[in-house]
Amino acid sequence: MQEERLTSSTGAEKCRRKIRAVTVLLCSLFYCEQSRETLESLKRESETLKKKLEEERNKLNDVELHQVAEKVEVLSALSIKTRRVLKGHGNKVLCMDWCKDKRRMVSSSQDGKVIVWDAFTLNKEHGVPLPCTWVLACAYAPSGCAIACGGLDNKCSVIPLSLDKNENLAAKKKSVAMHTNYVSGCSFTNSDMQLLTSSGDGTCALWDVESGQLLQSFHGHTADVLSLDLAPSETGNTFVSGGCDMKANVWDMRSGQNIQSFESHESDINCVKYYPSGDAFASASDDATCRFYDLRADREVAVYQKDSIIFGASTCDFSLSGRLLFAGYNDYAINVWDVLKGTRATILFGHENRVSRVRVSPDGTALCSASWDSTLRVSWSFSTGSNYIFVLGKQ
Amino acid sequence: MAEGSKDQGGTGTADPEEDSPNMIVYRKIEDIVTRIQDEKAGGVAIRTVKSFLSKIPSVVSGADIVQWLMKNLSIEDPAEAIHLGSLIAAHGYVFPISDHVLTLKDDGTLYRFQSPYFWPSNCWEPENTDYAIYLCKRTMQNKARLELADYEAENLARLQRAFARKWEFIFMQAEAQVKIDRKKDKAERKILDSQERAFWDVHRPVPGCVNTTEMDIRKCRREKNPHRVKKITFLNIQLERHCMKVSKVADSLMTYTEQFMEYDPFVSAVEPSNPWISDDTTFWDLEASREPTQQRVKKWGFSLEEALKDPAGRDQFLKFLESEFSSENLRFWLAVQDFKRRPLHEVPSRAQEIWQEFLAEGAPSSINLDSHSYERTSQNLKDPGRYSYEDAQEHIFKLMKSDSYARFLRSNIYQDLLLARKKQPADTEQGRRTSLEKFTRSVGKSLTGKRLTGLMQSS
Repeated sequence: MQEERLTSSTGAEKCRRKIRAVTVLLCSLFYCEQSRETLESLKRESETLKKKLEEERNKLNDVELHQVAEKVEVLSALSIKTRRVLKGHGNKVLCMDWCKDKRRMVSSSQDGKVIVWDAFTLNKEHGVPLPCTWVLACAYAPSGCAIACGGLDNKCSVIPLSLDKNENLAAKKKSVAMHTNYVSGCSFTNSDMQLLTSSGDGTCALWDVESGQLLQSFHGHTADVLSLDLAPSETGNTFVSGGCDMKANVWDMRSGQNIQSFESHESDINCVKYYPSGDAFASASDDATCRFYDLRADREVAVYQKDSIIFGASTCDFSLSGRLLFAGYNDYAINVWDVLKGTRATILFGHENRVSRVRVSPDGTALCSASWDSTLRVSWSFSTGSNYIFVLGKQ
Repeated sequence: MAEGSKDQGGTGTADPEEDSPNMIVYRKIEDIVTRIQDEKAGGVAIRTVKSFLSKIPSVVSGADIVQWLMKNLSIEDPAEAIHLGSLIAAHGYVFPISDHVLTLKDDGTLYRFQSPYFWPSNCWEPENTDYAIYLCKRTMQNKARLELADYEAENLARLQRAFARKWEFIFMQAEAQVKIDRKKDKAERKILDSQERAFWDVHRPVPGCVNTTEMDIRKCRREKNPHRVKKITFLNIQLERHCMKVSKVADSLMTYTEQFMEYDPFVSAVEPSNPWISDDTTFWDLEASREPTQQRVKKWGFSLEEALKDPAGRDQFLKFLESEFSSENLRFWLAVQDFKRRPLHEVPSRAQEIWQEFLAEGAPSSINLDSHSYERTSQNLKDPGRYSYEDAQEHIFKLMKSDSYARFLRSNIYQDLLLARKKQPADTEQGRRTSLEKFTRSVGKSLTGKRLTGLMQSS
């Protein structure tokens, strides 16, 4: 070919080159058409499979959860009251997490501060100022000796907690996770050594805390991932995530594979939380509903909604038995749902701005809610015979 | 209103913000306020009310709005209707005619509906210059109802300092608007003035009031990923999956929840008391102790997982297995659990240690693995990772669950704890107690052991 070019081009040679050029052009057009056709046929195949999957799943939808739950005893009237208000943040509280000791908690705020509280005594134990604002995620390590936090800095850092109040904790902060957009959620796995994060870059990732190494990444969401939750099982290795693509995905931590996917919400999923047995999970969405999905049936089994609830649900968590679902909304209220019967058990007012996070304590004795009104409120149930205990007298 | 700075958000045009979370709520609220104002379709009566010397056009009472909300949105509790109505007001869709604070009251207080021109869904982002022109305009019109509130006067003073150089321009704009306003009909002007004021109450709220225009920053920074076609392989895997019927999972969910309801502090009593209520941490101390209560021991019988979750349960199960000379299974399982939680750099060495202890030829705590799992595991160890022992661990767990666990629940070790039977060593003081004493003591124990729920549920 090269030799041909070096010799002077004859008329025939020019003609040959033109033919070659046109052939190349036609071939590339042909392949373009082919790939467009391939894409089209792939789309069609995908649609057909989706329909078939829906049909198969619908065959198993023989009854509604709330119908089966008609035989469950009705809950006696709940009386839940707030008796602790934690004040100290200067701006919206965006996230909180309980410590395993059932009384301490960590909270993070738009003002860049992360505070560790003993909610039982209302004592502020640590206050860590961070260089970035909007600390969207925070988590307490299982050992109680460290916390993780991250947000608009696209990172998630781990801070070891010391008993020395004078120690400058911010200096000991260690970056573990690196994303290409904001970090929306973080959680330690069952040990202080691994950290799971979700991000606005559409991925989740598992990190080795000590080395900062990425152990596994999880791709599959087609928009920002807003929330994640680890399966409560001692033996399982899965977690669920929800995001702006309206999907909730279940992942295998070993392989990084997306095992199951649920797409029934009509807007962003702001929060996902496992039911205590690990066989199901709930989600809270901007479409003003919370939904309940069972993993074994591979479908949505309940929708928690009301005509009067028009603002998005931003957060949710189960009570210890899974009978109640606490959900915080952008209308400043917390609706408490009867998970099995699908009805609302009660509504909690008190916050003066959006509720950003609700979390039940590890032993289920209390509920903490964090809000844009810059406070955290701890509430619990008074409707279970405590008056009687009080009459018997304290030891 | 300065036209120039208004963001032509798009009433009617294809709006990229259409699907944003705030839009969803705005559309729902707009549906509600449209229905409320539709008198023919069951809406409220919007009237002109006569007050001392003047007429108040186009108003409705708070009570009427609350009634409508309760009736049309199936709300049983007026408090909920007031709460929803206050939020609709806070977002600027309805406002009290004589207050800057946007809440709804369930009484004769008069409210007016906002003009669609000012609706938040038009994506208003008014600038401080617009606000300055507006406040300036207010001071030019000699009307009592347009007098500036204290915070507005303060705002105006601040803006005058900030815009000192272009104040002449602002003043001229304000003058021009006053001129145009004068030409309007009196009643119309009253309405428009109040609507404009309500608009600014949303965008420049009274100090201490929530600014409902604040956005969740996560929603402002969306990644627009192209929507990928769902993987064919994924869908095929889903089709292959064996799923359970809803009736079956519903039963399972109900069983689980009902089983745990007695442990759920939001639904059942906590013994001796919920620390948050009584300020007494005994409950937490009991849960942390290695001497479990009967209620705690009962939980171990729900599943092997529950037993292993509790450190005391682990101890007792281990003790039982030791008595059967099969403790290596549990010790292996625990070792692998711990192994998965180690930092990365410790993984290879720890993997070897576990192999040596449990699986190698002549291992001191040799476990019984089927040949398939054994092969897989030794393969995995050529490149050891945190999940190298996953198959083996699963196999051993299934073994313990189907075999040893059932026997554990029937064993004396477990039953003694469950029924709170204290072992009586034969040759001690206790062993020689009279049978009457033993009887009295055991009756007393069973009374305190019995849960107080029966009594408490009646209170």
